[in-house]
Amino acid sequence: MHGNFSDLPIEFAGASVRAGGVAILDRISLVIAPGAPTLLIGPNGSGKSTLIRLGMGLIAASEGRVLWGGRTSADGARCAMVFQRPVMLRRTAAANIDYALASTGVSRRARPKRIEQLLADVGLQALADRPARRLSGGEQQRLALARARARDPEVLFLDEPTASLDPAATKAVEDIVRATAAAGVKIVMATHDLGQARRLAGDIVFLVRGRVVEHAPAERFFTSPSTSEAAAFVRGDLVI
Amino acid sequence: MPAGASALEMVLTGDPGLYSIVGLSLYVSLSAVALAAIVGFPLGAFLALVRFPGRGPLVVVINAFMGLPPVVVGLAVFLLLSRSGPLGFLGILFTPRAMIFAQALLVLPIIVALARQTIEDLWAEYRDELTAMGIGPAGRVATLLWDGRFSLVTTLLAGFGRAAAEVGTVMIVGGNIDGFTRMMTTAIALETSKGDLPLAIGLGLVLITLVIGVNAIAWGVRRVGELRAG
Repeated sequence: MHGNFSDLPIEFAGASVRAGGVAILDRISLVIAPGAPTLLIGPNGSGKSTLIRLGMGLIAASEGRVLWGGRTSADGARCAMVFQRPVMLRRTAAANIDYALASTGVSRRARPKRIEQLLADVGLQALADRPARRLSGGEQQRLALARARARDPEVLFLDEPTASLDPAATKAVEDIVRATAAAGVKIVMATHDLGQARRLAGDIVFLVRGRVVEHAPAERFFTSPSTSEAAAFVRGDLVI
Repeated sequence: MPAGASALEMVLTGDPGLYSIVGLSLYVSLSAVALAAIVGFPLGAFLALVRFPGRGPLVVVINAFMGLPPVVVGLAVFLLLSRSGPLGFLGILFTPRAMIFAQALLVLPIIVALARQTIEDLWAEYRDELTAMGIGPAGRVATLLWDGRFSLVTTLLAGFGRAAAEVGTVMIVGGNIDGFTRMMTTAIALETSKGDLPLAIGLGLVLITLVIGVNAIAWGVRRVGELRAG
């Protein structure tokens, strides 16, 4: 199913992404190492989503390169992703998990038990037979998390998974993220919610206009940021 | 004499001639749609997902072929299947098989064009998610066809409507042989030209009822499916 090699660290080496002459990401040099969750923060349009898509291998770098455990291709990498608005397949909740399990080659016989476990982990076992698209936004996001975990990832990318959720649903998602990290999965998550970054982060990558302005352990970032932009952002000033 | 009376009488009395015509109509048109779907759905999905040189013109041609004149398709299939034609050795001209083949060709562009549009729209929504899950090309096609199944039912109905309504191809390749290749539409054409208008009108009403029936069943299946799987 998976090779023995690791996809970590994920190393961005002078990686840029350009679209129509505009640099969405500008010469990013960054190492995402195993350990506590890495949170990407920054204003809207700072390149958080693009960085995640690049790390996931969904897009290619226009310049520079990205290495997954030293390899230049994300093919076969044990990465999974939860989008801001996850797309639920037009099937039941359980069938959505089943699909992800099948995609990683889990045998048909082994799946029912895993599905039950994965749904229970996100508190959706009672909704297993509901059409996934009829679930609430928070339930869909939890199902998306279970579906991503079904792929048994080494790295889990999350792109503002709680952006459109209320506090209760946000807490449910954060709890799952925390449990996933505790199980040894590397979390790389974009958020524009500073409170969320404080609650979850091991280290912080602070992006402004497509550049990494600061990359520091969370505690240091929040108590004594080394750049004026980060300091302003932490204070709650508008960083444009 | 009221127009539908004689046909109504035939329906109520279980006229075997009428039932064989109705049965053949349904058999030929449904088989043609099934055949066209088996080929057309994967083809539509392929066109939706794969970019290659000449794809644009091909899409235009297929869209245009949705309006192929049935008599032209009939003529082409007639030439193919006639004794001296390239498929003449099959010896199926003037049989229901030839009619199914011809109607399938007629319906195929409709299935391909509408399936392509459905799949393309769905793919726009699913692309990131399926790519992130590392789903390969074959898996993508299967996923999109399955998840687009409720929309694709409408595609089938459009194809069935076309097949059930046309008279040109089945007249040419079937020959309207009584009790063997006579369908509702060819019978209506024949009865009209013979001057038996009440029978022709009655057959027309039966045909319309059948088409409504098939659509109602499809609608019901779709509703139930959507309720259960969303």
